[in-house]
Amino acid sequence: MSIVELAPPAPPGPTIARPPRERTTSWPLADRIGYWLCWMVGIGLCLIATAVVLFMFVKGISYLHLDMLVQSPAASGIQSQSGGFWDPIEGTLIVAVLGTAIAAPLGVALGAWLSEYGRPSWLARMVESAIEIIAGAPSVVLALFGLIIFAQSFLGFLSQNASNGAVYGRSFFAASAVMAVLALPLVVASTREALEQLPDRLREASYALGRTRATTIRRVLLPAIRPSIATGSVLGMGRIIGDTAIIRLLLGVSLTTQGVGHVPLIGVLRGTGATLTSYVYENSRAGEGDAPQKAYAAAFVLLMIVLALNALVTWLTSGRERGGERRARLAGLRLSWVPWTR
Amino acid sequence: MPPPIRRIEIDRDPYIAPPRAATNGAAPANAAVDARRRPARAPSARVLERMRIESLWLAYGENWVVRDVSLPVRQGEVLAMIGASGSGKTTLLRSLNRLTEVTAGAARSGEITLDGQDIHGLEVNELRRRVTMVFQQPNPFPMSIFDNVAYALVERTGHGRRRRRSPEIEHAVVDALRRAGLYDEVAADLDRPALRLSGGQQQRLCIARALAADPEVLLLDEPCSALDPISTATIEELIVELRESVAIVIVTHNLQQAFRVADHVAFMHLGELVEYGSSEQVFDNPTKERTRDYISGAFG
Repeated sequence: MSIVELAPPAPPGPTIARPPRERTTSWPLADRIGYWLCWMVGIGLCLIATAVVLFMFVKGISYLHLDMLVQSPAASGIQSQSGGFWDPIEGTLIVAVLGTAIAAPLGVALGAWLSEYGRPSWLARMVESAIEIIAGAPSVVLALFGLIIFAQSFLGFLSQNASNGAVYGRSFFAASAVMAVLALPLVVASTREALEQLPDRLREASYALGRTRATTIRRVLLPAIRPSIATGSVLGMGRIIGDTAIIRLLLGVSLTTQGVGHVPLIGVLRGTGATLTSYVYENSRAGEGDAPQKAYAAAFVLLMIVLALNALVTWLTSGRERGGERRARLAGLRLSWVPWTR
Repeated sequence: MPPPIRRIEIDRDPYIAPPRAATNGAAPANAAVDARRRPARAPSARVLERMRIESLWLAYGENWVVRDVSLPVRQGEVLAMIGASGSGKTTLLRSLNRLTEVTAGAARSGEITLDGQDIHGLEVNELRRRVTMVFQQPNPFPMSIFDNVAYALVERTGHGRRRRRSPEIEHAVVDALRRAGLYDEVAADLDRPALRLSGGQQQRLCIARALAADPEVLLLDEPCSALDPISTATIEELIVELRESVAIVIVTHNLQQAFRVADHVAFMHLGELVEYGSSEQVFDNPTKERTRDYISGAFG
């Protein structure tokens, strides 16, 4: 049996002062340059963001009058007489709400199918690539495609028909439907990711009680990820609110909401109108209206709406990550009237 | 005075277990088990065979994880399955309500019957309501205490919307919570989120949920391994109480727990059933050397 002898531990005594270490530079020059470049880019971005917000804030505040928020646009070459932008605000709200209302249930269903079933796998892979293609497609391409679809005669009931029977193809319905396609990938991604992060024991617990997969999804899994569904929907809504191309092609270029027929709500939805994005475009120096003061004021309102939505997303996600149960529940409450999560 | 010299022997691998003492019939094999801690209890008045496992083989992919196991499961007694990790006891347990089928690549041969019927002839969700399961980690759903228990009920009481609490559902929920010994602690507010309960309470809620479907057999997969000793004691008492009304199978790594709660013990090793017998017999007088080694703490 071999035996190793270890050195005895040092006897206790006064510690011997060690000479100070030499300062060594462990940072190669390239790393330092890279590091400072990162800093500069970051600071640059902050500056740009601050400049945009400040500029819009100053311009917006100086041109914005509260009555602009409730007045309709008026046809006038003089800026002070061209009215407000209530109609574009209304249009933005309609498109955002209708588009999200279409995208959210479809996106949740798709996300749940991909995460929980995903079979046959070739179909799941195809669906995934389809979603990626849509997510990457420029919105103007989607809009162009949508215009062809909604100009078909059998979809004439969704928009205005000319006297010769031709279908106009531009309406709140058409714009919202294509906007929903734009928002769909965001809802699918957030639903799917959240479902995949749920622990399997939640599913097993439900199966072990004799509940089907569908019941498990509807009653356990989807309610558990309500904050993520809310986040995805709000992100999608933000994307809808910010898009211009689809509005230009599918909602028309008038600045006021132009209903069709006499049915109160359906008439508006079949008709054309404007949103804040198209209003800003029209009134900028590039557009026909050429009323930059109005453009600044409307752009300011638009920016505020989008920033508010971003804040909402941050709030929803932080509630989930930090285990802030109250916030998560608030998010749940916000969606609790939505039937598929119940 | 020179400091003591420490010596380390290097030619012996510390990971090889020390040579065990010769275990002949005279030496007590149950060194790991303290017999004094077992509460005295009368055997159940009525023992009824509920399930029968007949030469069961189970595989995941190419691996046979359960090999030729035959066992009875009786109401009125607790069956504990013991064995080292990877001995196939959890797989065997999960096969009793066909939860193994959730895993891709699971294969099976042999027969399991519930009250004389082959469980593979039953509709799977009906089977899982008759043979319910409680897992190692407490896994209440992120909803209220009431809804957690009611979740197991709805299909049994018809397809009416659960939103409105019918008196039957309310009664069944309270009854299940009572049977799980949780009612008095949560009665004040059944609408509280279940995730606010303590770990032990959550596990009893899961037991209540499993009991709400009024099963014939209750499967427990290491139900106390994530709990503190006090919660464990509460749940063990509960298990012994429940055996009168439901057949109980418990998988446990804790030999003392098996000794405390079980009437019959099945010892598994590498997928095989090594020994099955009454708790006293297996712990005090094991017939197989492997069993003796395991319960004296020699391996595993």
